[in-house]
Amino acid sequence: MKAVSAFLIGLLFGAGLILAGMANPTKVLAFLDLAGSWDPSLALVMAGAIAVAAPAFALIRGLPHALLGGQIQLPVSSAIDLRLIGGSAMFGIGWGIAGICPGPDVVLLGQGSLAALVFVAAMLVGMGLFEWIEAAAPVDRALARPAA
Amino acid sequence: MSIDWTHFTPLSAVAGGALIGASASLLLALNGRIAGISGIVGGLLRFPRGDLAWRIAFVAGLAAAGPVYRLFAVPPASGVTHSIPTLMLAGLLVGLGSRYGAGCTSGHGVCGLARLSPRSLAATLGFMVVGFLTVYLVRHVLASSVGAAS
Repeated sequence: MKAVSAFLIGLLFGAGLILAGMANPTKVLAFLDLAGSWDPSLALVMAGAIAVAAPAFALIRGLPHALLGGQIQLPVSSAIDLRLIGGSAMFGIGWGIAGICPGPDVVLLGQGSLAALVFVAAMLVGMGLFEWIEAAAPVDRALARPAA
Repeated sequence: MSIDWTHFTPLSAVAGGALIGASASLLLALNGRIAGISGIVGGLLRFPRGDLAWRIAFVAGLAAAGPVYRLFAVPPASGVTHSIPTLMLAGLLVGLGSRYGAGCTSGHGVCGLARLSPRSLAATLGFMVVGFLTVYLVRHVLASSVGAAS
């Protein structure tokens, strides 16, 4: 049941990305190009998403458990450290180069984009590299747990 | 700065954003999980026992979104014009960075901000500012210096 709901929610999430223009790297880059002819659309995507999710999340936090069973798992870390900022900066460079982030990339892949296939392969290498480095240098997993 | 009014799509941006926010809310309410794509995909690489099916299902749903969307409406134009090496570099940085930063545009930018997490606000500001700077460098510094040299 949880897999069925995850599939349908993934579908809805992807439709949102497509409608919003997030699955179009050209549009994403036009948003990031403040000095060029700036397309502010994506700021409204974020605003629209948060306007719905913020009140919903506040309600969901009051639930004793997830509706399909099990715990509601929220990130526990609140550390703002070099790891967070350095990682986010690295992500920002990659995002700024191609205009693609993980969600839209999977959507593009599903649309048969070869470029998305190259991107996702490299992204998985990057993620695998992270796992490999983490395994080689054990740190407190509670702190290293991915928040998202 | 000049605003590109011809490509500005406020209605579909807000509507698409609302769908994204609704999906994130549904995943948290029903499955009890945060809709952070880098975390969902990255978590697959750990082959977590009993925690694999929903991740695969969610990613499959995302991948199916394009073809299903096409059944109901004409999707907005999309295009990737980057070279293969550029895509490889960008993908590598996005993969590594999103895992060290513990999230991406969806996990920090939508879910984290929606639950008013200062950590996610810091991460979101971090990748947005660096994203702006990167595009500035690529389009307005590197491109013009290459243009001037040739």
